[in-house]
Amino acid sequence: MAATITAEDPLTGEEIEIPADVEVGEIVDSPATGAELEVVSVDPITLEEAPELEEDWGE
Amino acid sequence: MKVGLLYSRIRRDEKLLLTELRERGHEVEKIDVRAEQFNIAEPPESIDGVDLVVDRCLATSRSLYTTQFLDAYDIPVVNGAETADICADKVKNSLALERAGVPTPNTEIAYTVDSAMETIEEFGYPCVLKPVVGSWGRLMAKVETPSAAEAILEHKATLGHYQHKVFYVQEFVEKPGRDIRVLAVDGEPIAAMTRSSDHWLTNAAKGGTVEEFELDDRARELVAAASDAVGGGLLGVDLMETGSDYTVHEVNHTVEFKALNDAVDVDVPAAVVDWLESKAEQATGTEAAV
Repeated sequence: MAATITAEDPLTGEEIEIPADVEVGEIVDSPATGAELEVVSVDPITLEEAPELEEDWGE
Repeated sequence: MKVGLLYSRIRRDEKLLLTELRERGHEVEKIDVRAEQFNIAEPPESIDGVDLVVDRCLATSRSLYTTQFLDAYDIPVVNGAETADICADKVKNSLALERAGVPTPNTEIAYTVDSAMETIEEFGYPCVLKPVVGSWGRLMAKVETPSAAEAILEHKATLGHYQHKVFYVQEFVEKPGRDIRVLAVDGEPIAAMTRSSDHWLTNAAKGGTVEEFELDDRARELVAAASDAVGGGLLGVDLMETGSDYTVHEVNHTVEFKALNDAVDVDVPAAVVDWLESKAEQATGTEAAV
């Protein structure tokens, strides 16, 4: 299994496990709520709730 | 080489590219477009010294403007502003394919509910209403009855943005439960897959199942022509099988490839980076220095 690190879920305040190789800008799913969280810093590891899907996103 | 990667989200697609670029020893500057400002005369510091910028913006509007700024700064970018401009807009996409003689579903646009109803009646049922800008199959409607058509048009007319009042009506193509996504670089296919679903929308983003697809000569010819029609680049060309031939319904310019990479034997990010290296080489006139 890939290495993991712990980070605080900004929505629940709980410690969650995320892949150790995440980088800034990556999106991880909150295991508790399923919400998308964005990695905004890796040192220290900081997560924020990811922006809502917008109309002109994706392909 | 030094590569600037424009992004607002690092999806698995971007992560695959970043990993491949770094493993080959290339320098990568991640550029979060949300944090940047683009001046009409002076490029931002973040793109100083890059040989090539790869546009992976998730938002079409950001992609369209940023690529224009990069053109203005004379900084090579894939995909270029012209390609982005055509691919981001379904009307321009359809016009480009038609102009190039690439088979594409019959399409009309109309600006009012009444004139759109005339087009729909003329096309017959079912037909398809698509937003002129958008992706992942969102807000696409398969119109099966006149009353459904009236309701959808009325709803679209009240959605707010003027683009929803440009009614893009397309013939419904009876496909064999699947379509074909080809990832191509300047018209040369890297790999292809089918996307199958019981639903009429077969996008991988809609949960369609994917499987590797072997392209025949005709499909390759159409992929090359479709790529040329929109100005080339790293593209996702979508085809449907029509029995005796194919029809190309769309060319995508900020293409996702994680599903393709999982479905095929080809190392997709490696092939994309091979191509990026050749683009950087062309742009700088030298070997892509590591």
